[in-house]
Amino acid sequence: MVVAPFTISGYKVDFLTMLMVNVILAVSFRVITTTGGWSLAHVPMMGAGAYATALISGKLGIPFWFSMPLAGLAAGLTGLAISYPLVRTKDFSFFVASFAAGEAIRLCWIRFKIPFGGHRGLGVPIPELISGVPALDFAEAIPYYFLTLVVTIICLSLMYRLDNSRIGDSMKAVQSQEALAKSVGINADGYKMLAFFIGSFFAGIAGVLLAHRLWAIEPHQFGFTTTLYLLVWVVFGGSHTFAGPIIGVVVLTILGEVLRPLADWVPMVYGIIIILTLIFLPGGLESLPSRLGSSAGKTWKIRISFGD
Amino acid sequence: MFGVWVIKEALVAILELKGLGKNFGKNVAVNEIEMSVEEGEIRGLIGPNGSGKTTLFNIISGFLKPTRGMIIWQGQEITGLPPHVVTRLGLVRTFQLTALFSEMTVMQNVVISCHIHTGTTLWQQFRHSAETRRKERETEEKALNLLESMGIADRKDEIAAQLPHGHQAALGIANALATGPKMILLDEPVGGMNPTETSETMDRIKMLRDRGITVFLVEHDMRAVMTTCDKITCINFGNKIAEGAPQMVCNHREVVEAYLGEEMACSL
Repeated sequence: MVVAPFTISGYKVDFLTMLMVNVILAVSFRVITTTGGWSLAHVPMMGAGAYATALISGKLGIPFWFSMPLAGLAAGLTGLAISYPLVRTKDFSFFVASFAAGEAIRLCWIRFKIPFGGHRGLGVPIPELISGVPALDFAEAIPYYFLTLVVTIICLSLMYRLDNSRIGDSMKAVQSQEALAKSVGINADGYKMLAFFIGSFFAGIAGVLLAHRLWAIEPHQFGFTTTLYLLVWVVFGGSHTFAGPIIGVVVLTILGEVLRPLADWVPMVYGIIIILTLIFLPGGLESLPSRLGSSAGKTWKIRISFGD
Repeated sequence: MFGVWVIKEALVAILELKGLGKNFGKNVAVNEIEMSVEEGEIRGLIGPNGSGKTTLFNIISGFLKPTRGMIIWQGQEITGLPPHVVTRLGLVRTFQLTALFSEMTVMQNVVISCHIHTGTTLWQQFRHSAETRRKERETEEKALNLLESMGIADRKDEIAAQLPHGHQAALGIANALATGPKMILLDEPVGGMNPTETSETMDRIKMLRDRGITVFLVEHDMRAVMTTCDKITCINFGNKIAEGAPQMVCNHREVVEAYLGEEMACSL
């Protein structure tokens, strides 16, 4: 990961940067799914982070280093706000309500030209640490790659820690048996809202990293197509373990890149993959090792797990 | 002597229902229920299917809001409080068909159920300092003790869903006990069990009473109810029709007509 960017072309470096952004997005999505809700508003949460940083660092001129956590917080609070009605819905109505909430946010960006810029979106400044030092010129692919790498590692280790703490256990208990969880004294709605806040916060961070690399954002990037890709990654990789969504993103993104000459066919290939996964591997790719045998599964698990 | 008994009786009501009622649209599921459960007793709730037993449990435990009436828990009104708050006040319930965190291990189940007594804040849980780890170890010890008292400690690392039915029931009770309750509501604790499992479960329930925990249970297995409960309440169409000692209730005319049937009543 450290040496790679120096040996490949600038395009591929940016490809890896975007891959890491998507990894944060997918893992942050899993924070919400651990409490049982497959929110269709998660990509708009990433958008909330992107728009927030465009406004904070672009319009207000606050440096990137402060705007990143602030934008994450803005996305987290947006998530918290939509979670208040969403945790009162279940199953199908949850899907519809979360989709509606996400679209409502996205339509706000289109509708309100001030401050969101309508269809054309907003420009985003290039982050600066110390201007004039070429190695820290974040307009270049390689410095930005390392910036993203560091942020990704921090985000993933925070979420990994959360997942393995009692908080993560309580969230899983809410997913497993909500009524029982309540009856043993777990504030189920509270944990769901907490999951929305944390998941949206990290999705917002992913949005910040995306925005400052693309230098411009527009509402269509955060549309339903992106949400579908997110769902495919997480279903394909599996959401039961921490590594599942990461595997899903990495495998499918690389596959998409390999199939680039057949770009028109990629959505169809994705479609076939999702159908085959649901039929033959309903637990996702992460469940493959345990299906192949427990001894093989153990070595695999050690290789893909993260240090605490 | 009689006077003392009356005063004692009046003092130790742990749970009182006053005019409790619940409508679903035009249907009256529970109608003006007046009853009180005394501290330390095992109370049975019986009645035909659809008579409102589970609805009554759902109301008491906070899963449903009553249409009218009051729930008094240890002298304090708890009507309409959400379930996790009711649990924290010491009133916990279990579910029909033994609801468990089924993909977790037996140990994880009880550790999660001990959750409210671990005494760590969310931030401490996230930071996971030495102090938090110590508290979590204490919780695990406590959980293990509970499993021992339920007789399933040797199965602590098994996945809950893979336990035999009787052990799942024991784990369901252990989960409830882990919250440190003063009273447990058990919804059909021996439903679907064979006679051996039934008698084991009933022994566990008596053990709860011996620990000073009040038990309020819904059950269709009349033999189990008769041999375990100190007092029985019978409801039909949401109305209380009889209450008293097991022998009295099962010879009660209305109870026999509505629920037990002549043959059953004679055989008990």
